Amino acid sequence: MTDLLRPHAVATPVERLDGPAKVTGTAPYAFDHAVPNPAYLHPLQAAVARGRVTDIDTRPAEELDGVLAVLTHRNAPRLASDEDAELAILQSDEVAFRGQFLGAVIAETPEIARQAASLVRITVDEQEHQVQLRADHRQLYVPEEVNPTFPTDTSQGDVDLAARDAAITVDERYTTAWYHNNPMEPHSTVALWQDATLTLYDSTQGAHPVRTAIAPVLGLDPEQVRVIAPHVGGGFGSKGTAHAHLILAALAARELPGHWVKFALTRQQMFSLAGYRTPTIQRVRLAADHEGRLSGIGVDAVEQTSRFKEFAEQTGIPARTMYAARNRRSTHRLAPLDVPVPSWMRAPGECPGMFGPEVAMDELATACGLDPIELRIRNEPHVDPESGKPFSSRNLIACLRDGAHRFGWDGRDPTPRGRRDGRWLVGTGVASSTYPVHYIPGSAATVRYLGEGRYRVEVSATDLGTGARTVLAQIAADALGVGVERIELGIGDTALPVATVAGGSSGTISWGSTIVEAARIFRHEYGDNPSEGDEAAGTTPENPAAERFAMRAFGAQFAEVRVHEDTGEVRVPRLLGVFAAGRIINPRTARSQLIGGMTMGLSMALHEESVLDPRFGHIVNHDFAEYHVAANADVGALDAHWIDEDDPHVNPLGAKGIGEIGIVGTAAAIVNAAYHATGVRVRELPVTLDKFLH
Amino acid sequence: MDAEITLRVDGRPRQCTVDTRTTLLDTLREHLGVSAPKKGCDHGQCGSCTVLLDGRRVTTCLAFAVAQNGAEITTAEGLAGDGEHPMQRAFLDHDGFQCGFCTPGQICSAVGMVDEARAGWPSAVTPDVAGSVDIDDLDDAEIRERMSGNLCRCGAYVNIVSAIREAAR
Ligand code: FES
Ligand code: FES
Repeated sequence: MTDLLRPHAVATPVERLDGPAKVTGTAPYAFDHAVPNPAYLHPLQAAVARGRVTDIDTRPAEELDGVLAVLTHRNAPRLASDEDAELAILQSDEVAFRGQFLGAVIAETPEIARQAASLVRITVDEQEHQVQLRADHRQLYVPEEVNPTFPTDTSQGDVDLAARDAAITVDERYTTAWYHNNPMEPHSTVALWQDATLTLYDSTQGAHPVRTAIAPVLGLDPEQVRVIAPHVGGGFGSKGTAHAHLILAALAARELPGHWVKFALTRQQMFSLAGYRTPTIQRVRLAADHEGRLSGIGVDAVEQTSRFKEFAEQTGIPARTMYAARNRRSTHRLAPLDVPVPSWMRAPGECPGMFGPEVAMDELATACGLDPIELRIRNEPHVDPESGKPFSSRNLIACLRDGAHRFGWDGRDPTPRGRRDGRWLVGTGVASSTYPVHYIPGSAATVRYLGEGRYRVEVSATDLGTGARTVLAQIAADALGVGVERIELGIGDTALPVATVAGGSSGTISWGSTIVEAARIFRHEYGDNPSEGDEAAGTTPENPAAERFAMRAFGAQFAEVRVHEDTGEVRVPRLLGVFAAGRIINPRTARSQLIGGMTMGLSMALHEESVLDPRFGHIVNHDFAEYHVAANADVGALDAHWIDEDDPHVNPLGAKGIGEIGIVGTAAAIVNAAYHATGVRVRELPVTLDKFLH
Repeated sequence: MDAEITLRVDGRPRQCTVDTRTTLLDTLREHLGVSAPKKGCDHGQCGSCTVLLDGRRVTTCLAFAVAQNGAEITTAEGLAGDGEHPMQRAFLDHDGFQCGFCTPGQICSAVGMVDEARAGWPSAVTPDVAGSVDIDDLDDAEIRERMSGNLCRCGAYVNIVSAIREAAR
């Protein structure tokens, strides 16, 4: 169903259309919007993990010059819905996690707001809390489904039996850490309540989804909420769902009608109020014959959720579909804790869920005396093992082979601890990547002819740095048969036609296909010689092939790791990814997305870990000085490539999403390379130096 | 307590009254409407608020405005408003960013860093850390080390390094 008129702009490396605005710093992010005479909000937060507020003395704050209002659960208006417990703030005296909003001070300046907040005296009757995830947690339970709507447990055949009868088995426990998304731009909102409408400049992955989430909480019709988000400084999932700061800002704005209220979470506050990736404990079992042919694959994941709202990471999902094996099993169990609610972080499910299994595959390769690439090739399924459907395209093997060639894998001596460079032990490792194709219905686009060969195309998409603004213009240009410079694109505003969230690597394909559809209708109605003002609208077309095929992108990642023999220091001088993700719309921005994902994967492998203090229930390393995200000097020669993949079934563009696959498999490739370098098998992320010192 | 200060920002004299607790970053952003420097952490840990202050790269979230009376400040916008300063052009050519939030800070930092190298300042990876460096020795390892005060969560580092390598030539 590939029906782009003439691929002309598509598949060329068009420079980012918002590039000049970004290199000059003039692209307006949420907090940058100039508003007259704003007030500033500073939140009040819980300093215990569980309890009841028995007293809040706000008088010292209210007496401070320049304070405009103080909100607490005692004077905040009742919300119209508490269905989403994360958003139902200031409705009771209950404290469900440390860092929870207990109120807000709104003042004329940020300095006064912060000072006043420090003067509010909050007394809490503290209760016992549980904040630590353990595989043997006494209250582990079975969620009804896992994110977003996958079955919690699946089973085909009998993995126990397969393991008992197998010549070779791997049965190990792997853990991934607690991670925070930490987009560079903090979650920020600038809010105005006026004439029964709420206007927000917001840092979000979806203007319409935010509106849909918050309007019912505030008792408003969606039309009474306008959300504007022209530029967003990264999100990585943490701006994909509405978090509580939106409601706090809205309540503050309602308190001061006609007055703009500005609220940006501090970096520290983001560690308890903007979502995170749950830590996972994964028992992975592989059963195989001497030739490495898998007869069984099992993944049992234990994760955390907050007690007040459930989020179930779909960690077991990739193992359901990755390799062929007759006996298969995947389960998810949740520990309900007194912690903030976990949420989406770049490739939820796939990212943690490809760590355990892809390290286990490396262990199996070692046990079978097989090259890890050959092992994967031997277990390549002919159809999707989970659904039995054919893949619309699956080029994992091509990625492994192309990557092996580029990386110089052939002739690798598999002996661990076999290569050194002075005091550095050197190794190489490989792992697979995969990410599903999420083609999401529900967007709409309009095409209007402006005259003189120019078109305005509108869809309320979001560009978080993905390049959506550029890529959608390329798609529109080809669909209308004009040059990119003839397209004026409107995105990021609920005043424009509805669009789905920028999440699940779904944006380009879903919004892009919607634009193609609107353009098709426009051309059908007005032909090649439209008149100024002619306009047509379209919605996301259905994809009839979606029922017939399993659709996923695949990839392979190769790492070279050096571990210092004396200090255990770990370095990754080389990281290479090769991906198969359908048609690449813009090679320039695509490569950036892929290397960006891999860089975040490297960061996950070596550095990132949110460290919990079980006594107080907070993250102790809650800033950039101590939650280390990869810096420039941590990244060596890192590159991404892709193979030509023609998939006529995925969507009208022939493209698959690429925002997330880059982070999938990176950590496993690095761990596998570290094993090759040292002979030490690390099964616990991050791969810090202590793990090599015995 | 308030204080009256004058700054020169991107070539223009600007006067304002600031709370003595106000950072230079908030003064630029909230008082003067100069939003090129971004606030990523407010603690000197991310570099997104970097400007050139009297010619040197400085994180403005760690400077109090009241202590900067008379300072000359250049933001990314002040380097070239059309984005055609050689360092900006190199970032565009190499796609040295994604979301762009860290970018004004990266670019100011890169300009300051190249000047430091031209002046012979060594870094932690310079072979002789007590000696000096030649601009021709500004290899990738030097660039990475010297740019590590500017975090990029979008992970554009490899493109940032190639952009700076080219612009420093
Ligand atoms: S905001 Fe100044 S260094 Fe992060
Ligand atoms: S470009 Fe997004 S943080 Fe650097």
